[in-house]
Amino acid sequence: MGFQAVSVNYWAVMPILIVFGGALLGVLVEAFAARSVRHSIQLSISVVALVAALVVLVMKSRHDQGTTLGGAVVIDGPALFQMGSVLVLGLLSVMLMAEKFSSAGADAFTPMGAAVPGSDLERTATNAGWGTGEVFPLALFSIAGMMIFPAANDLLTMFVALEVVSLPLYILTGLARRKRLLSQEAALKYFLLGSFSSAFFLFGSALIYGYAGSIHFGEVSQAISAGQTQFDGLLLPGIVFVLVGLLFKVGAVPFHAWTPDVYQGAPSAVTGFMAACTKLAAFGAILRLVYVGIEANRLDWRLGVMAVAALTMVVGSVLSVAQTDMKRLLAYSSIAHAGFILTGVLAFDKAGVSGVMFYALAYGLATIAAFGIIAMVRQADDGAEATSVRQWDGLGKSHPVVAGIFALLLLTFAGIPLTSGFTAKFAAFAPAVATGGKGGVLLVIIGVLCSAITAYVYVKLIVRMYFEEGKGDVVAWTPSVVATIALAAAVIASIGLGVMPGPVLDLAGQASQFIR
Amino acid sequence: MDTTFPWLTLLMVVPLVGALLVAALPAAMADRAKQIALGFSLVTLALTVGAALQFKASSLSQFQLTEVHEWIPSFGVSYALGVDGIALSLILMSAILTPVCILAAWHDVPEGGHREKNYFALMLSLLAFMVGVFAATDVFLFYVFFEAMLIPVYFLIGSFGGPRRQYAAIKFLLFSLAGGLVMLVSVIALYFQGPKGSTGFLMQNLTGLNLDVTTQKWLWLGFFIAFAVKAPMWPVHTWLPDAAAAATPATATLLVGVLDKVGTYGMIRFCLGLFPQASEWATPVVIALAIVSIIYGAFCAIGSNDLMRLISYTSISHFGFIVFGIFAMTTSAGAGAATYMINHGFTTAGLFLVAAMLVRRRGSTRISDFGGWQKITPAVAGVFLISGMSGLALPGLGSFVSEFLVITGSYSRYKGAAVISSVGLVMSAIYILWMYKRVMTGPTPTLVEPVKDLTMREKFVVAPLIASFIFLGFYPKPLFDAVNPAVQRVLSVAGVSDPAPATPFIATTGGEK
Repeated sequence: MGFQAVSVNYWAVMPILIVFGGALLGVLVEAFAARSVRHSIQLSISVVALVAALVVLVMKSRHDQGTTLGGAVVIDGPALFQMGSVLVLGLLSVMLMAEKFSSAGADAFTPMGAAVPGSDLERTATNAGWGTGEVFPLALFSIAGMMIFPAANDLLTMFVALEVVSLPLYILTGLARRKRLLSQEAALKYFLLGSFSSAFFLFGSALIYGYAGSIHFGEVSQAISAGQTQFDGLLLPGIVFVLVGLLFKVGAVPFHAWTPDVYQGAPSAVTGFMAACTKLAAFGAILRLVYVGIEANRLDWRLGVMAVAALTMVVGSVLSVAQTDMKRLLAYSSIAHAGFILTGVLAFDKAGVSGVMFYALAYGLATIAAFGIIAMVRQADDGAEATSVRQWDGLGKSHPVVAGIFALLLLTFAGIPLTSGFTAKFAAFAPAVATGGKGGVLLVIIGVLCSAITAYVYVKLIVRMYFEEGKGDVVAWTPSVVATIALAAAVIASIGLGVMPGPVLDLAGQASQFIR
Repeated sequence: MDTTFPWLTLLMVVPLVGALLVAALPAAMADRAKQIALGFSLVTLALTVGAALQFKASSLSQFQLTEVHEWIPSFGVSYALGVDGIALSLILMSAILTPVCILAAWHDVPEGGHREKNYFALMLSLLAFMVGVFAATDVFLFYVFFEAMLIPVYFLIGSFGGPRRQYAAIKFLLFSLAGGLVMLVSVIALYFQGPKGSTGFLMQNLTGLNLDVTTQKWLWLGFFIAFAVKAPMWPVHTWLPDAAAAATPATATLLVGVLDKVGTYGMIRFCLGLFPQASEWATPVVIALAIVSIIYGAFCAIGSNDLMRLISYTSISHFGFIVFGIFAMTTSAGAGAATYMINHGFTTAGLFLVAAMLVRRRGSTRISDFGGWQKITPAVAGVFLISGMSGLALPGLGSFVSEFLVITGSYSRYKGAAVISSVGLVMSAIYILWMYKRVMTGPTPTLVEPVKDLTMREKFVVAPLIASFIFLGFYPKPLFDAVNPAVQRVLSVAGVSDPAPATPFIATTGGEK
């Protein structure tokens, strides 16, 4: 049997290639360009690459749907919608990561990641005004992985995408300029647990291959429908292990333990990026796996995922009540949101697909903006981020605009009508009620009760900002134009998706049909 | 003017524009905030009167002044407005009370500036939401207003209230939000019971559905819990006294006088209108809760030593009457309940705002700090007494007509409950008159600084309220003309007719159709 080259529909995968190209170019720039201009070149390359990818996606790839690369990648409605979402969210994240404030390089990142925290080398690097420009190519690599993730049509491609998403994130997590030990600890934890979950995924893939004789989702699905092979016992363990790997990425309970630590330790802009884009991409992968690959025997594993969804909502919302650190609080809130989204996944309906995609996009926009704001609020004395919730007391009086935007974002997380959070919750819950059966209704009831709990948490924060007296030791740094544009866009979109969600919902609705 | 003129949208846009304008006033003009806010609220009132004049009580259609536009077709949501007699009178009441409250709140934020602007902007935005919530004829849109309304109230209480404002604000928000979220499940589920599609949330598409009874009961429960919290009924009433006592009097007036009506309004519109069988099924429990609210609220009012808390407990008692009237499901009790909502709004406004005048003069809300005040402020004492009389439903004042109708109307079906509820009438005389006695009579108090009697501004505050008591007491016909068709329509949807008067013995079973 001779080797046969697979045919590639280049227009279909062009957006991914553009982002990869941008990333590779970024690596070269980091090696060869002069230090003084690196930051601006890197930022420009990233922005241009992401915008170009988005343009190509909208203008060309949209019309080139179908499977390509020998069936390894499928460009269909859900894949396109989520690739587009990742590009938009990634662009906003990169614009926020680039924030310099008054330093030479990006403010959030250590000038030299390799230096031991507190060492002379680190000090020298700081004094020399070095910057960590490699965060841009790293982010681009990760974004490219996130674009493949929901488009992966077989288990191995999905695994490769998972790794391409994760490896740059491990590094980005460890590069915080301040509180570096915390940051490195977070990176290590993330790496260890992440590799662990990847191993689960791979092991599960092997079991499913053993059962179905194929790694393609379509063929796995056919094998399940045909029923009864000699390796019946491999299927369920395989599904469970693969799901564990993916549920880890979205931070579902009981695979959530990494979330608070990593969210707290990573630089805030990176946290926002992870919370928004990783979650979105991983839910894209879950949708593809669940709806295309293993839907046929959903009755076998559905109950387990329902339990996970319920636990995720309850644990995320209840534990967020007790948090005293802003970033940990939002981490638990993101866990709760993952549970809400899972509720939509379990609708097993086209409307569920569009609901999940809309939710992930809406949540991503709000969460990127929220972490962007957190990155701006600093302790007056040493310039570290004021992440203790106590430090946010009275922010409404001292910095009305910052506090106002943050309050709006909190109301969005709480799902108050006329914000995107409400529309999103509705989009995810409605199909669960309609087609999820009694279990779906039960999950939605748990969901709204948990929403009430999280609302308490967010409102308590608003109380702190507006009704308490501050000590005056916290200042909000003024962001650059680029970051301001990103923030404003995210905030306006959050309101827009609440007041006039029609067009985006329609788009998600049209894009909810998988190609098998 | 042609019938397609968007009156109801205009009633929301004008106060919203006013709110934005007031909030955006430059610092140099910040001290004009209240005048501008008052102006906008008066324009809204004039427009409301204009809208009311277009309303024809004899019309055969359920809703008038309707507007329907597509909003979120993929969810089945329309921007659909329209009013029946009940909704219109509630909107008119809100439009009258808002300028009154703004006038009453004239000196609520003495430091002026930024905070004062926000205060009046929030009040105006609240007016827009109040119009929206009563005018929405799309269940989803109603829910949106129902929840969105919480935010301005939350800030009104939390930023501008008394010492316990934070606790009260958060308690208010959580109770309402939790109730609302439970309703959300029902809202979603209701949609999928209906015709679905891009206009699936319109009231007209959801009324008269042939629902299976078990489903109906669950859906009903979701709606009812939200409205019971809002109304508020015992045992989910505890947020109200805290909120009303902590809020500024103007906020308390809008909260108790208007916002809580959303609860009872929702019971008529949604619980009875959409789930008639479930409503009948639940009637015994609801009426029992209503009776408990009447008696419990009255007892708490008698036991209160805080003016604001006392008045809010009287409201809990009165809301018990309204709910009782609604679920008695006879035309006269229904009409009584619907008009009681209006009368109670004005009565509560009178009590809260006049009490606030006393509190401002004395610097304390404790009743025991008063005594003998009719000697130093005879005019305030006079208007306080009239408001109180309206609160205890003195014949000749508006609330008497309503309360009387509720009791007589429900007697034909629920004798025992009607008898017990009339005890509430007696108790209302106790708490009102005893409050008056403790505050106003007794030896002349010796105050450090002399206090003024009713000022000109305060006269403008109380005049429209007292006028409404008397007008609705002596000539309630326009109000009844407006609400009667709406009440009858709800009851006919519910499939109940009044018990035949000639056979009072079987009337108590409520079983005949």
